[in-house]
Amino acid sequence: MTGGYAVTASGLTRRFGALIAVDHVDLQISRATIHGFLGPNGSGKSTTIRMLCGLLSPTEGEATVLGHRIPGESEAIKRKIGYMTQRFSLYEDLTVRENLEFMADIYSLPRTRAQRRIDELLEKYELSDRQRQWAGTLSGGQKQRLALAAVTVHEPELLFLDEPTSAVDPQNRRDFWETLFELCEKGTTILVSTHYMDEAERCHRLAILDRGRVAADGAPQELERRIDASVVEMETNDPRTARLLLADLPGVLGVTQLGVRLRVLLDRSVVDPLAEVHARLFGRGLRFEARLTHANLEDVFVAATHGRYLKARA
Amino acid sequence: MNSLLRLFAILRKEIRQLRRDRLTFGMIVGIPLLQITLFGYAINTDVRHLSAALADQANTQLSRILALDAQASQVVDIIRRVETPEELETLLRRGEISVGIFIPADFAQRLAMRDRPAAQLMIDGADPLILAAARQLTDMSLRYDTAPRPSADAALFEIRNYYNPERRSVVYIVPGLMGVILTMTMVLFTSVAVVRERERGNLELLITTPVKNLELMVGKIVPYIVIGLIQVSLILLLGVLLFHVPIHGLIRDVYLASLVFIAANLTMGLVISTLAKTQFQAMQTTFFFFLPSILLSGFMFPFEGMPRAAQYLAELLPLTHFVRLIRGIMLRGAGLWEMAPEIRALLAFTLVTLSAALLRFKKRLD
Ligand SMILES: Nc1ncnc2c1ncn2[C@@H]1O[C@H](COP(=O)(O)OP(=O)(O)OP(=O)(O)O)[C@@H](O)[C@H]1O
Ligand SMILES: [Mg+2]
Repeated sequence: MTGGYAVTASGLTRRFGALIAVDHVDLQISRATIHGFLGPNGSGKSTTIRMLCGLLSPTEGEATVLGHRIPGESEAIKRKIGYMTQRFSLYEDLTVRENLEFMADIYSLPRTRAQRRIDELLEKYELSDRQRQWAGTLSGGQKQRLALAAVTVHEPELLFLDEPTSAVDPQNRRDFWETLFELCEKGTTILVSTHYMDEAERCHRLAILDRGRVAADGAPQELERRIDASVVEMETNDPRTARLLLADLPGVLGVTQLGVRLRVLLDRSVVDPLAEVHARLFGRGLRFEARLTHANLEDVFVAATHGRYLKARA
Repeated sequence: MNSLLRLFAILRKEIRQLRRDRLTFGMIVGIPLLQITLFGYAINTDVRHLSAALADQANTQLSRILALDAQASQVVDIIRRVETPEELETLLRRGEISVGIFIPADFAQRLAMRDRPAAQLMIDGADPLILAAARQLTDMSLRYDTAPRPSADAALFEIRNYYNPERRSVVYIVPGLMGVILTMTMVLFTSVAVVRERERGNLELLITTPVKNLELMVGKIVPYIVIGLIQVSLILLLGVLLFHVPIHGLIRDVYLASLVFIAANLTMGLVISTLAKTQFQAMQTTFFFFLPSILLSGFMFPFEGMPRAAQYLAELLPLTHFVRLIRGIMLRGAGLWEMAPEIRALLAFTLVTLSAALLRFKKRLD
């Protein structure tokens, strides 16, 4: 056993030809916690997860999953892990129940226990009245619940969830996370990747991935506290102009518009951010009111990725 | 034990999916039905009743017998009688006849001297099938030539043809057709079934479960073995009922031979599934394998007539061996052991492709 860690990795790297999809990633995931991967498209979340569950072999580096070295001993962990793929990967031409039966058989659950477990899961994920429906005809949210049910049939110790809520509405997302916390309380370790800040916020620990690297790593609140940037929040009568003016101010990492408000993220190297903002906007015929504020996770993300994704969008 | 359970799980899943896949299900029954009626009724390589004209300048008893025998062979129907070879040429050119039979005035003399052909056949050789059919006639007159004492009922019709006395091509075609249909469906079904799993992402999930490669492959193959045997039965039934195809050998041998052949095709399908990324690619690759099989195996064209290189290539294709094997069993009543080389070839092919599939499949999991 590697102490209280369910997963450890050091220098985990995966190349696809010239592309470095995952670049020397270090990880330590404590047991019975929810660990998040937050990162933009193509940042290497899925690739890292695939390596950890033994689907892909790393080009470099090593990892231990539930005390077994990967990829050498990946057969040994297969009973103890569940992997919910980013794309729906159950059989669309089997019914909900048949899919669950298939998974139960694959994990060699005894017949009676399997039936009991399946009923329990159908109940829990509100799929009981859908059990004779083909999986392919389920809605996005229902599919996701079925997928989670399917990979937890055998009560794994470790769950890999690759963007499990990408097609789910906010209410269902909240419910989904409730079940994750429930699983976690029962001792399941969960590694979940996401694009959503509100989901990332709920994780015990979080790794922000950017172009294959871990750009920041820690508990969400800790990351917000430790952020290497300052945040100026302001209200103005002309947010569009203000945003354009501030965007190319030296040291500005990103400007986000929220209605009439703007959130300006500035590098730590800017000694007096409030003064800089004032100086920039002064005499432009704008009315505005600015103050320093606490960073949120989105700010952390923008700072960690050096505003690359915000600026690209602006 | 668990391995067996997983195997059954895959089998059960596969059968459930198959039952719901109307298209595949339709193909299982539809392809044999369509092919056998198509080949049996529509495609007839057995040409008879060619329209012919006769110019008999000899007009002796012997020449009249020749003409009568030609008519009796059913290869030609003499629809016109003319005087000169020029008239025959004209009729040929106009397309009114396919064959002109010219018997010169010195027919008897020529027969006796045997230095020149006694009679002449003029043939519209544009269609090779007609040419081939008319050759039967030259065979006949040749025999006549070599007969020193041509008596009236001399064995003009002694065409050596034991296995298909009525020269019905459908009898010859059906056993081979069985191989063609199995090649098409078996290779296609397995390759598509495995690739579909990859394409739809099912494989990504499966790999992280305790399922082993071999379990997955066997589970995928077994249902198709059963389907293959159903197809064999269907073809045999149709062949016997509709076309009175004989089964001179043992039914057991027919099924055993088919089983070996089905295995060879299924493993080939697995190999293709490791090469193709999409179902469409799997179909294309299957076709790429199917085309030389159907052309070179001896099903369509006589093996002996093919160039050396093509023959060597054909020896690598399972259909070639199966066509020989099944014709031997069904048409000549050969026993399985008499056809041992073909069985060995099929088994070797199965073994090689299965190993290749297992090796390659492992790599793909990475
Ligand atoms: N099999 C592969 N062959 C080649 N390149 C690959 C392969 N798999 C992933 N990549 C590349 O590796 C990079 C990381 O991909 P990955 O799927 O891990 O990203 P991700 O963080 O999961 O993105 P998303 O949020 O879009 O799911 C991408 O640039 C992708 O194109
Ligand atoms: Mg991904």
